[in-house]
Amino acid sequence: MSCGKMETRILAYVDGRLKESELAEVDKHLAGCAACRLRVNEFRAVGDLLDELPMIEPSGAFNARVHALVAAEPSRKRSWFAWLTPSPRVAFVASMLLLATVWVETRSGPEPAPIEATDLPVVENADYDVISSFAPLSDLSQAPSDDDDNDVPQQQPQQM
Amino acid sequence: MTRSDVQLMLDVKAGDQQSFELLLQRYRTPLVNFLYRMVRNREQAEDLAQEVFLRVYRAREDYEPSAKFTTWLFRIATNLALNSLRDHRYQKLEISMDAPIVADAEGGDERMMEVADEHPDIEQHLVEDARKKMIRHAIEKLPEKQRAAVLLHKYQELDYAEISKILRCSESALKSLLFRAYETLRVELAPLVASSVKH
Repeated sequence: MSCGKMETRILAYVDGRLKESELAEVDKHLAGCAACRLRVNEFRAVGDLLDELPMIEPSGAFNARVHALVAAEPSRKRSWFAWLTPSPRVAFVASMLLLATVWVETRSGPEPAPIEATDLPVVENADYDVISSFAPLSDLSQAPSDDDDNDVPQQQPQQM
Repeated sequence: MTRSDVQLMLDVKAGDQQSFELLLQRYRTPLVNFLYRMVRNREQAEDLAQEVFLRVYRAREDYEPSAKFTTWLFRIATNLALNSLRDHRYQKLEISMDAPIVADAEGGDERMMEVADEHPDIEQHLVEDARKKMIRHAIEKLPEKQRAAVLLHKYQELDYAEISKILRCSESALKSLLFRAYETLRVELAPLVASSVKH
């Protein structure tokens, strides 16, 4: 293995994150390369120096501020447009309906030929005259009953 | 039995506020530290960490456990930090035209904490203070993406696959990025590194 190839492995080697096969390869290279050995030690030293920085604790009000932000969030209601959002259940039902329609269509036989108007027999009834069978209004024998006048306001003749 | 992050998040999705509280307790310190080391300002780091939790809460209903929870969490945090650095870079440029230069104004937070510690030897305290300042500045000088990679690798101990997803790069690109970052740190911290290696 070359020193150039060490570039992508040196940090993983320092971290102990190399695979067995890679580890053996790197160990073999390091055994014969003083420059890379020095680099490994220097990277370890850098790692130790980074560990020296202290951690900080969030301020006492941190959680309260997060709670306030969360509490100020509007509760999510499903908008009208949510109905248009595809869901697995809706998609399943729609595809089942489509399949059922196709199935019904394929099972029904060929459509009967449309009936032409000219094919229908013309029934003529010479004895029945529609117009003359209606009696004129003046021929009504009885006056309309009170029940029939409920909807129409009755006009009383004014006496002078 | 401790519930996993993913399980907690699924419970939050189902409407369990207590699970959100547990996630908050679990990740508030790592998040604030990561963001503090990214943006070098405690107040800003806390604001950003709060924004991260708010975004997690907002996204609860659409949450799908397709990746590790920490990958998702730190991706939000990294994006917010990088955006904030970009915005504040211009602000700083504008301010620096008029404002007087204050030496190491950003190091104040840690120094205040350290003063509270008991140091029997003032000289030793000064040496340690200078050492920490040097390490802080070395991290600060790294390009933003390299800095994020180092912080996620060193302090959050995330694996390469996770970090590469957070930074949206390939694993091999991440390894090169980390190598360059550690090379820069090795050079910047050469006096400290040399004394460590000798011992």
